[in-house]
Amino acid sequence: MTGRAADRALAGPLAVCDSVSRQFGEFTAVSEVSLQVQAGEIVGLLGANGAGKTTLIRMLLGLLPASAGEVLLFGAAPSRGTRRRIGYVPQGLGLYDDLTPEQNLEFSAAAFGGPRPELPAPLRRYAGTPVGSLPLGLQRRFAFAQALSHQPDLLILDEPTSGVDPLGRARLWDTIAGAAAAGAGVLVTTHYMEEAGECARLVIMADGRVVAQGTAPEIIGAAQVTVVETAAWAAAFRVLEEAGMPVALAGRALRVPGTGPAEVRRALAAAGGAADGHARVSAAPATLEERFFQLAQPGFITEVPA
Amino acid sequence: MTGRPAGPVAGPAAGDAVEEWGTDEISVHYQRRLALDKITLRAAAGQVTAVVGGDGAGKTTLLRCLAGALAPASGLVRRPAARQIGYLSASSGTYPDLTAAENLDFRASAYGLSAAQARARSGDLLDRAGLGDARNRLAGQLSGGMRQKLGVIAAMLASPRLLVLDEPTTGVDPVSRSGLWWLIAGAAAAGCAVVLATTYLDDAERAATVLALDDGRELAAGTPDQIIGAVPGTLRGLTGRPPEADEQRAWRRGGRWRVWDPPQSAGGPGEAIQPDLQDAVTVAALARELGLPGSTR
Repeated sequence: MTGRAADRALAGPLAVCDSVSRQFGEFTAVSEVSLQVQAGEIVGLLGANGAGKTTLIRMLLGLLPASAGEVLLFGAAPSRGTRRRIGYVPQGLGLYDDLTPEQNLEFSAAAFGGPRPELPAPLRRYAGTPVGSLPLGLQRRFAFAQALSHQPDLLILDEPTSGVDPLGRARLWDTIAGAAAAGAGVLVTTHYMEEAGECARLVIMADGRVVAQGTAPEIIGAAQVTVVETAAWAAAFRVLEEAGMPVALAGRALRVPGTGPAEVRRALAAAGGAADGHARVSAAPATLEERFFQLAQPGFITEVPA
Repeated sequence: MTGRPAGPVAGPAAGDAVEEWGTDEISVHYQRRLALDKITLRAAAGQVTAVVGGDGAGKTTLLRCLAGALAPASGLVRRPAARQIGYLSASSGTYPDLTAAENLDFRASAYGLSAAQARARSGDLLDRAGLGDARNRLAGQLSGGMRQKLGVIAAMLASPRLLVLDEPTTGVDPVSRSGLWWLIAGAAAAGCAVVLATTYLDDAERAATVLALDDGRELAAGTPDQIIGAVPGTLRGLTGRPPEADEQRAWRRGGRWRVWDPPQSAGGPGEAIQPDLQDAVTVAALARELGLPGSTR
């Protein structure tokens, strides 16, 4: 750890939400959410659209006051001063399309009051191209470079890898992990469950509340799904669909969350014929996505581990 | 009805002659840039075929050719008649100023469905997509996930034989994505050939066959098992950043590192790893980037 990072580690969490709520009129967008981001830690924030992730991020950025509870950044209420220590990459990237990468950096440096940083090597040959004309993957790398350019203590990233190929995604995560290794705290939202493995800790939100927190294995716990393997998957799919089960397709196997093998077997047997013939029905551990699906169902209330 | 002998296997996986659409070695140029380079795609009835790649890989160009919205400079496209194709374009197949129900009505009239057919099919699809309560809301006011579902059911409305969906799951949250996959699987189960473009490898893992594109060229093609089986050389897993000699052939995944060793290379530290589809496509992209033989086809 560098001296600066060590200072941060001593200073306690970078971001704290303590029982934070936010109302919009009658509507509760965020309800009693508590979470912390420590220096050097990557925290993944997962949730369906409308779960309250963006509202929470806006409160952390100091763009929106909480209706109740307390938001602390670097031990103080969000302010212009705390915002300077945050690097933020919004979903829309927040770049000026008509400006070149150089001009974007210059503008950002002026706004944050620091020296203008160097353009990262892969972007140098595009120095004179308006950002809006760059391929999306490069725009993302540039938005990252810009968000990191003032060496922020806290990075807030909203779906940073959307639309990027696997190799490009691995490289973006290398950059994120590098910032964390250097002592920055990272709060990142993603819709891509594979990326949850990059996070030290996950926070899952549904309907404005935190419904689960912990590592991916802790959140999955003992949750299981039923797997149906049959050459006649299409027939089996129709039968289970008609029985009202949320069937998913994985290659030619069917996966049924929330329903046990016995019940699935009964539904297939009742239909008989092709759907029933030679179907292998077994239980398998749920994936994080399947567990998430279950947690995000309306009315699904669970104990949140402390 | 238990104990009944299993009859002959029904459904599209039955092994009888399956209708197949697709492209044979098509190429497309945009001005002087080669957007597609001799791309072959197979799309069998009753199956989901995924076209996977990052932004600019050529997915949209390929799907536009398949749907008949763009003519390739060379090569052959096999597709059913226009009215038997359902197409969701990347820019969204919905009209923001029409309600969900009006969007479907408009499609139905364009496809020449009778009013009765249209009403029955629209109602059924809106319910299946979980949009029953949103039928009178303007499409422009729906959430991203709901709008994508509306676009997909609009493309499915006329029960097409070929369904072409350009990035139906991009930017869609996991819950809506499950719902989208349920609709897509339902179309395949009904015997439709489904071709979808995606940037997500876990979408591709749900498909029966996959075509990975990079910069307009084929990176890998086949069933996920075929693509995984064709990975040349070996893979190693490391917990920390690999030594400098390996760095060019290494990538980060799930908080750990993977290193690809091409055939006849020396290897190095770490444990052997069985590749999955994501590894296989990453290796193919690395091999191409490094100019090493390793493309999986």
